[in-house]
Amino acid sequence: MSTTNTPVQVGLFVTCLVDMFRPTIGFATVKLLEQAGCTVEVPEQQTCCGQPAFNSGDRETTRDIAKQTIQAFDGYQYVVGPSGSCIGMLHYYADLFDDNDPWKARAEDLKARAFEITSFLVDVMKFDEVLATLEQQFDQKVTYHDSCSGLRQLGVKVQPRKLLDKVAGTELAEMTEAETCCGFGGTFCVKYPDISNRMVSNKTDFADETGAQTLLGGDLGCLMNIAGKLKREGKPLETRHVVEVLAGMTDTPAIAEAVYDLGKQA
Amino acid sequence: MQIRSPEFKENARTALKEEGLQRALGKLRAGFPEKRAIAVERMPEFHDLRDEARDLKNHILENLDIYLEQFESKVQESGGHVHWARTGDDANKIILDICKQVNAKTVTKGKSMVSEETNLNEYLEANGIQPVETDLGEYILQLREDHPSHIIAPAIHLNLSDVSEIFHEKHGKPKSDDPAVLMQEAREELRNKFVAADVGITGANFLVAETGSTIIVTNEGNGDLTQTLPKTHIVITSIEKVVPTLEDMTLFLRLLARSATGQEFTVYNTLSTGPRREGDADGPENFHVVLVDNGRSEMVGSEFHEMLRCIRCSACMNHCPVYGSVGGHAYGWVYPGPMGSVLTPKMIGIEKAGNLPNASTFCGKCEEVCPVRIPLPKLMRHWRNNEFEKHLSPKAVRWGLAGWGFFAKRPTLYRQLSTASNWFMRTLGGKKGRVKSLPMASGWTDFRDLPTPTDKTFMQQWNDKKEGKQ
Repeated sequence: MSTTNTPVQVGLFVTCLVDMFRPTIGFATVKLLEQAGCTVEVPEQQTCCGQPAFNSGDRETTRDIAKQTIQAFDGYQYVVGPSGSCIGMLHYYADLFDDNDPWKARAEDLKARAFEITSFLVDVMKFDEVLATLEQQFDQKVTYHDSCSGLRQLGVKVQPRKLLDKVAGTELAEMTEAETCCGFGGTFCVKYPDISNRMVSNKTDFADETGAQTLLGGDLGCLMNIAGKLKREGKPLETRHVVEVLAGMTDTPAIAEAVYDLGKQA
Repeated sequence: MQIRSPEFKENARTALKEEGLQRALGKLRAGFPEKRAIAVERMPEFHDLRDEARDLKNHILENLDIYLEQFESKVQESGGHVHWARTGDDANKIILDICKQVNAKTVTKGKSMVSEETNLNEYLEANGIQPVETDLGEYILQLREDHPSHIIAPAIHLNLSDVSEIFHEKHGKPKSDDPAVLMQEAREELRNKFVAADVGITGANFLVAETGSTIIVTNEGNGDLTQTLPKTHIVITSIEKVVPTLEDMTLFLRLLARSATGQEFTVYNTLSTGPRREGDADGPENFHVVLVDNGRSEMVGSEFHEMLRCIRCSACMNHCPVYGSVGGHAYGWVYPGPMGSVLTPKMIGIEKAGNLPNASTFCGKCEEVCPVRIPLPKLMRHWRNNEFEKHLSPKAVRWGLAGWGFFAKRPTLYRQLSTASNWFMRTLGGKKGRVKSLPMASGWTDFRDLPTPTDKTFMQQWNDKKEGKQ
């Protein structure tokens, strides 16, 4: 793909959390896509992928949002987003329509074009080889949390690791139960806060045990959950989306970190 | 057992604070998954067998009536009786009748989750018959007047000290913390019960249509003594357990043991085919099979059809982070964990069991390890759909969803809302980049800080850049 002269045309699915809480992830995604030889556009008609409705049993609203998203990304060669969970939702759209519904085929078509960012970079663009030449540097010991939808629905496991391997100075220390859910689960974390708390506490304990300085992952929902818990517990680990490291955009404070060092300011 | 599923949230909260339970769950989390992983690793064809098992189960379910009738006629040919029970109550009545016919005073029982479904023990006791559980875990629970919290390791919620305590109290012997001593005590107590029992009741893991055999798998051998010593053997089981041939049965046995305990084969695999024949050294004089429906036939062809593939291995709960946090009792009825979250609403009603299919992050681990590839998250989502359509979801959820949906379907308005929310959160968090308390999101901030944005939304910045405002 990256060897052809015509640029690969990508529509960015920003995801609502990235849009509202951490735009850096969006810009890092754009930067990586451009480095990989893509042109990136951000369709105005996108909102949320529809998971809150889908997982709460509201099929009608889910279908409406699915149609809107399908239309918004019509015509793009690829649809890429910095979240396994939201891209996974785009993959579910086809299940929402009956076989004789014309939307079904359109949803299937979207599914074939929709990729989580690290899997797109590695599986489609073979960007890991390119990344090696960019001399990206991040001198830290990191650990990686595998978010559930990306891992089990989309098969995202080796891709972020392959990419991180090409960043100079980064040492990956795997944590116990890296593949176990962090307890975010969308509305789950506020509907069953006590259970969610137990799950995220296990996660932060395992992450801390590795001695890593930064926890990385590919889904902002999980990362906000983990970062919020780390902060509450006073654990020193920082939390970032993996694309921030890959794109060399780590000058912004990590998730839930102060804009300036409050201690030093005082 | 008494239904406590509607109180799931309170049950969970209590469970999270119980130190003993949490200690026991810690062992489970580390134990079963690791053993399964090793067993799977040692069998390269494991995942192909899962496909085969899924396809075979699908075939069986499409021909369920045919295989059940074949099973019935084969049981009859070998001199046994088959009874059809539409409900749990029907099953209990049938079993009581058989017990009365042979003037039974005591019955021994092998482990059976279907008998938990029907409340058989309570029913027999109320009718003057003493049931004695012979599976060690079940025996401990019966002494404690407790119920299983797991489908294959019923007393997994207990620790050694709990067992030591109850044995001392009920057996009247000196207290011991040595598992071997406790085991010996239980053996001695149970030995007399095995000999004295008039009827032995067991469950069945599979029913073999071609031979009319039932099979139970145990690691203690208690099932053998339960079914061979008394004059009458009653099998209580459910209709989806039937498989066409002995060969098919072995496919499931290979998957079952590995998925459940990580064993390559369970220690005792005991087949029963009719009563004792002439020349047999042992075996019961009467052989009865009670086939329980209890809502299962309604599931055939429904959106929950795939749940009938379940072979009760417990891999889903062993790997479930929610089960691993709160244990089985929190679920409030017979079947806990992911499989229970699909089955329980069918059996006691979604009105009572609504929390169960909702208390999942849909992490998908259960589906990943299921030996017959049941899409458990999808089936739990069906219950959420069902709940939503019946207007059973809490008002806060419905209204929140309606409000959010209104904006999500209108990109321009949505943009204004996200811009405003971003500004609000940004102002709230200031330069700290997080807030410690937010009353409208207390579910979140009670336990963790809430990261806040430190810049304008992505869309604002993107458009600013495009328009050259940078």
